[in-house]
Amino acid sequence: MLKSFFPNRILSLNNKLITGLVIVMIFTVFIGIIYALVISPPDYVQGDSVRIMYVHVPSSFIAVGCFGFIGIASIFNFIFKVKFVSLMSKSIAPIGCIFTLVSIVTGSLWGKPTWGVWWAWDARLTSMVILSCFYAAYILTWKFIDRFEKANKITSIIAILGLFNLPVIKYSVDWWSTLHQPSSITLTSSPTIHYTMLVPLIIMFFGMIIYSLIIFLMRYKTEVIKFKLDKKKYNK
Amino acid sequence: MLSKKVKSRIFILILSFVSLAIIIFFVLRSLEENVIYFFSPTEIYNKSDISFNKKIRVGGLVKEGSTSKSGTIINFIITDLKNEIIVSYSGPVPNLFSEGKGVVAEGKLKDKKYFVADKILAKHDENYMPSEVSKSLEKSN
Repeated sequence: MLKSFFPNRILSLNNKLITGLVIVMIFTVFIGIIYALVISPPDYVQGDSVRIMYVHVPSSFIAVGCFGFIGIASIFNFIFKVKFVSLMSKSIAPIGCIFTLVSIVTGSLWGKPTWGVWWAWDARLTSMVILSCFYAAYILTWKFIDRFEKANKITSIIAILGLFNLPVIKYSVDWWSTLHQPSSITLTSSPTIHYTMLVPLIIMFFGMIIYSLIIFLMRYKTEVIKFKLDKKKYNK
Repeated sequence: MLSKKVKSRIFILILSFVSLAIIIFFVLRSLEENVIYFFSPTEIYNKSDISFNKKIRVGGLVKEGSTSKSGTIINFIITDLKNEIIVSYSGPVPNLFSEGKGVVAEGKLKDKKYFVADKILAKHDENYMPSEVSKSLEKSN
């Protein structure tokens, strides 16, 4: 039942929902940016350069989160052979890839005024570069291998291998000495960010999540249509 | 319930997961020297196979009241609250370099207590707050 249910459901996705989401997103990001750039105070050590955090942290979260989804979906797909899960992963990958690059670039811009260097090969930054390589390999495999079954298999393996990188990214700052500071927001203790800075961070996070959702829905619909057309072509 | 094929796939997956995790664990353990970005003064103190010709990084806190400037040369002490290393450096320091804050120095060891840096990086912590809040925190302390 699950197999045929979801792809057909996405085809009936109308543009009204997308438009609604776009309006919500623009509203959220607008408020978030005003809050982050104007209302929130400068940091006591870093001054105004702390404002890069409001883009850097949500991007990193989404970058890691998207790969987590792709990896777990690939395990699910490997065991149960459900096609729409790989179509979902395929459409989510470019979003994660872009946010990985955004995270790396904004991190670099943040590093210069705070650390004094654009780049340092510490464990956190290096594992993030490895994540971007996994994304690139994943996306290119989908691009260059024509036959769906084969591409599906190889991308699943890439994603499952890449899954091991995620705990390394997350815990690199705790396991080893790194230039990158430890996490400010953890599940176990209260955040070490003052609430005047935490609020814009959360608003920006939601804005960027909604953006990712919009892109995902549009891409997923396209991928399902493409998949159905390809199937027709091969069956003729 | 689960078919035989599915069961065997789950089995393969778990097996490869466990073995891969073990492999990655040991690879990272053996590469630890390269993965860590800097040594703390205590690690340097305890290290037996230390090289004085290779570039290394030392990190910790800049000891309060230890910085002194003479011309272009800045001397300060990196501490991890157990051991200390005297650092000598000439050149510009990053904006966030200050006493009591985190720092990473790149350069060569002269001996176990003396380090000549050719690059200074500032390391900041995970605390973010407006300056009024930090001032009132200091007052209450």
